[in-house]
Amino acid sequence: MSFLEMLDVLNERLILEGDDPIAFDHDCREGICGMCGMVINGVAHGEQRATTTCQLHMRHFEDNATITIEPWRAAPFPVVKDLVVDRSAFDRIIQAGGFVSVPAGSAPDAHSIPVRKEDADAAFDAATCIGCGACVAACPNGSASLFTAAKITHLSLLPQGQPERLSRAKAMVDQMDAEGFGGCTNTGECTAVCPKGIPLDTIAQMNTDYLKANAK
Amino acid sequence: MTATIERGAATAPVTSPAPVKKPTRKRPRGFLSSSNGKKVVMAVTGAVMVTFLILHMLGNLKIFISKESFNEYAHALRTLLEPLLPYRTVLTIVEVVLVASVVLHMWAAISLARRAHSARPVKYVAKKSQANGYATHIMRLGGVTILLFLIWHLLDLTFGVVNPKGFDSSPADRMIAGFDPSRWWVAIIYFAAVVMVGLHLRHGVWSAFQTLGWANRDRNKGLRLGAGLLSAVLVVGFLSPPLAIMFGVVQ
Ligand code: HEM
Ligand code: SF4
Ligand code: FES
Repeated sequence: MSFLEMLDVLNERLILEGDDPIAFDHDCREGICGMCGMVINGVAHGEQRATTTCQLHMRHFEDNATITIEPWRAAPFPVVKDLVVDRSAFDRIIQAGGFVSVPAGSAPDAHSIPVRKEDADAAFDAATCIGCGACVAACPNGSASLFTAAKITHLSLLPQGQPERLSRAKAMVDQMDAEGFGGCTNTGECTAVCPKGIPLDTIAQMNTDYLKANAK
Repeated sequence: MTATIERGAATAPVTSPAPVKKPTRKRPRGFLSSSNGKKVVMAVTGAVMVTFLILHMLGNLKIFISKESFNEYAHALRTLLEPLLPYRTVLTIVEVVLVASVVLHMWAAISLARRAHSARPVKYVAKKSQANGYATHIMRLGGVTILLFLIWHLLDLTFGVVNPKGFDSSPADRMIAGFDPSRWWVAIIYFAAVVMVGLHLRHGVWSAFQTLGWANRDRNKGLRLGAGLLSAVLVVGFLSPPLAIMFGVVQ
């Protein structure tokens, strides 16, 4: 049984007893949508490393153990109900610069712009971020640096991302600040709980781009 | 199933914070008001202070050569570039840069700490650190400890206010009298502070590289090791003169 299925069972029982079910977010239940975030026994997505809550299984818990579940706690992620938080702040960070401007039309040939294998791999690693918000939840500063850095790195390593590279970093970091997230103190709590193992390197990349954008 | 559930913690105290303000600014905010900009200030001023600490440590170690050598060094600091520049010019410039660094470093630390505080208005009921929590606990607490020590240290050995030999004595005499075994409590303050500096820099030096964007997967191991080594060298270098004085090796 998965963790979310356990909550389903619990909710069915609560409904039968005439109680309110516990509100929680979920969608894909296969570790790719980023909706199911919750802090389980003090760890975002639970103690199982590199695993989203939906991919966490009850066999990792002892029988009759008491499990404490909390929502992500950060001012920019207001709690909607129980375990459901509003992560629109992430959307606004993406809107600020997490895109590449390309002329619309038919899709270009896949091999028309060559990309070095190493760059493609690193960009892909960064692109695996599912925007779940665990990094913010785990950060003692409530910083969204890992998320923002993953998005910036993903684009800034690819040729298509070059023209807007610096303006993107500036816009996204400034938006992150405007949303009320804290600053990074390089504690590494984020990458430890990230279900996709996004590395701290991405934050160094973001810092470089942001510094360059401001030096201009 | 016999599970019981308790819903207090998750729902009760969670007041939904005021809706996040949509940024209204037209002009981009200044570099120094951004979280990243503050980190850069912290890294650069930190680097200035680390450079100073290294030179300061080397200077202290001169006490092992001789008292005269140490006094000459202290004197040379004041007369550096003397015929070209008036007495104490270089030293005064260094002092101004250092004071500015301490102030800016603290300003950045405090404003980041306040930002962090308002980003998490509701604390977790249960929170387990997954990265051993070292940086979280050591940096801010350690910083404050270092600052308190710095004030004491200046009063003791720079201005001689709390030093048994007072101000009208040679630097070496002040140092030796300051660490007289009868003043063991001074040594304890000093030891605690130096160790704190070491712990601060163990994370801080690596952190500065990361902040300035010079760290990456391949370099991290080396950088962490280097930060640890540098911190260890500083701790040993700063602790050996007082230890030598207390055990009578240097008199
Ligand atoms: C001997 C004096 C000091 C030295 C050499 C020093 C050095 C450093 C360095 C190199 C950093 C890393 C900067 C970065 O992360 O980019 C740092 C960070 C920091 N320092 Fe200091 N510092 C000193 C004193 C202080 C004081 C007095 C305070 C307290 C007000 C303080 C508080 C902090 C904090 C909170 C951080 C942030 C930790 C982080 O970003 O991970 N430091 N320091
Ligand atoms: S960086 Fe990791 S923890 Fe943060 S939002 Fe992306 S996937 Fe989630
Ligand atoms: S429900 Fe989609 S990642 Fe968990």
